Amino acid sequence: MFEWCADPDTLEGFAWVACYLTNGKHLTAYMSFGTVMLLLAITAPVSLAFGFAGATAARSPVAPLRWLGKGYTAIVRGVPDIVFFLFFVIALDQGFEWMRHQVLCPDWTEPIRQGSDFVVCPAAKLPLSNAPQAVHEVYGFFLAVLTFAIVFGAFAANILFGAMRAVPRAQMETAEAYGMSHRQAFWRVLIPQMWIFALPGLSNLWMILVKATPLLFLLGVEDIVYWARELGGSKGPIFDYPHPDWSLWYFSALLVFYLGLTRVSEVVLGRITRKLSHGQATVAGEALRG
Amino acid sequence: MKKLILSAATLAVVAGMAHAGSHSVVRMGTEGAYPPWNLINDAGEVDGFERELGDELCARAELTCEWVTNDWDSIIPNLVSGNYDVIIAGMSITDERDEVIDFTQAYTPPDPSVYAALSDDVDVTSGVIAAQAGTLQAGYVAESGATLIEFATPDETIAAVTNGEADAVLADWSFIETALAANSDLMEAGEPVVLGKGVGMGLRESDGELKAKFDAAIQSMKDDGSLNELIAKWEVSSQW
Repeated sequence: MFEWCADPDTLEGFAWVACYLTNGKHLTAYMSFGTVMLLLAITAPVSLAFGFAGATAARSPVAPLRWLGKGYTAIVRGVPDIVFFLFFVIALDQGFEWMRHQVLCPDWTEPIRQGSDFVVCPAAKLPLSNAPQAVHEVYGFFLAVLTFAIVFGAFAANILFGAMRAVPRAQMETAEAYGMSHRQAFWRVLIPQMWIFALPGLSNLWMILVKATPLLFLLGVEDIVYWARELGGSKGPIFDYPHPDWSLWYFSALLVFYLGLTRVSEVVLGRITRKLSHGQATVAGEALRG
Repeated sequence: MKKLILSAATLAVVAGMAHAGSHSVVRMGTEGAYPPWNLINDAGEVDGFERELGDELCARAELTCEWVTNDWDSIIPNLVSGNYDVIIAGMSITDERDEVIDFTQAYTPPDPSVYAALSDDVDVTSGVIAAQAGTLQAGYVAESGATLIEFATPDETIAAVTNGEADAVLADWSFIETALAANSDLMEAGEPVVLGKGVGMGLRESDGELKAKFDAAIQSMKDDGSLNELIAKWEVSSQW
């Protein structure tokens, strides 16, 4: 990065540290903080959408929809996360490729499963094997977001399902007495009021999601924990900047990062709780009337 | 989400029409955590013996190659699932692995694995021995009578010895050599053991054509002595 970094062997003290912390590897590692934040920024709303869909399906008067909603939450919540994370990436990827294979290569005669090999026609590969590495990485990230959203969506569905039932029955009865249809009462009365009941559960889920981001590496995305391990490991003379095992320092930096992130989350969630309590028939809502 | 899937799919379809044909790019999968075989250098790129070897083999076989890194634990499942086309990650040829994937001919001869410990009088047949999970060495330790503790990365096996969790670590001598150079407390212990049939590139069993190309390229490097030069340069193993 700096010009005087050209020959690391001659550097000492501060100059060595400055050059070491700005070499290509570290710059890539700093970028991975962005990857984690981006994952959180995309996954949180998508999981919430999955959860909302799951919860509404679970409440549906249509039996198959209800089974679907309940089945989704029960199955995903019951299976260990790590199984999902190991299974989903490969299963989702193969699923997409299989569908593309059926559409793009109808004339292909060789079997897709050959022993343990999964072979689709070259045009069905996702991403194509000649696509630039960046495309592969974006695709891997997309699979990761989808996997996180499916898993966390199931937990969100259960929370929202409970929150919808926690809205006082009298509120719905009043809405119906005013002549609102079922749908109107749902969107105008139930949904605005359920958030305050969902918030404690959702804020827990958010905290767990923040802490679950290191699972990204299982999904093939190089996240901050991967880089802490890679950079912290002892480096012999084969490297430009040899050093002993510095894992402790790198993981301490992660500790600070995660504590900072959860602290900021707490403050923000506290404000949202206050805002949502306004005008609610809850103790917190009553207290705000004063 | 649906839109995302669709637009990603459309993009891929359009890109696919531009250049079809099998293996217009060969994706080389490695671990990037096993110096001097493969490592991520200070610029953040894949480097090491296998990087140089792989680039040379691709040039000889007239292939366009691209490097990707993958966790060791899932390196075989991702190969058979088609996420990359070749494993070139210091992987020893064994019968067990050969049942699932195919190997090219070996590019380094079978070499002894050695133990490293904090003192040279450690009893390697009864103590606690660290090895990387899913390696030949882990299999050997499990059968040697010692207590095996496995780690996901090679670095952690060394750390386990330096922090006292394990009495010794068993790994390829070239990796141990590199570790000894980085840790002055470590030293060789016990007797070296010879495991495996040498290190080769792993390919899908259905990918015979690519395997033949790499086999020929490896043979040509053996014949003109350039492979031995590379081995000597990176000090990964004995020579052919």
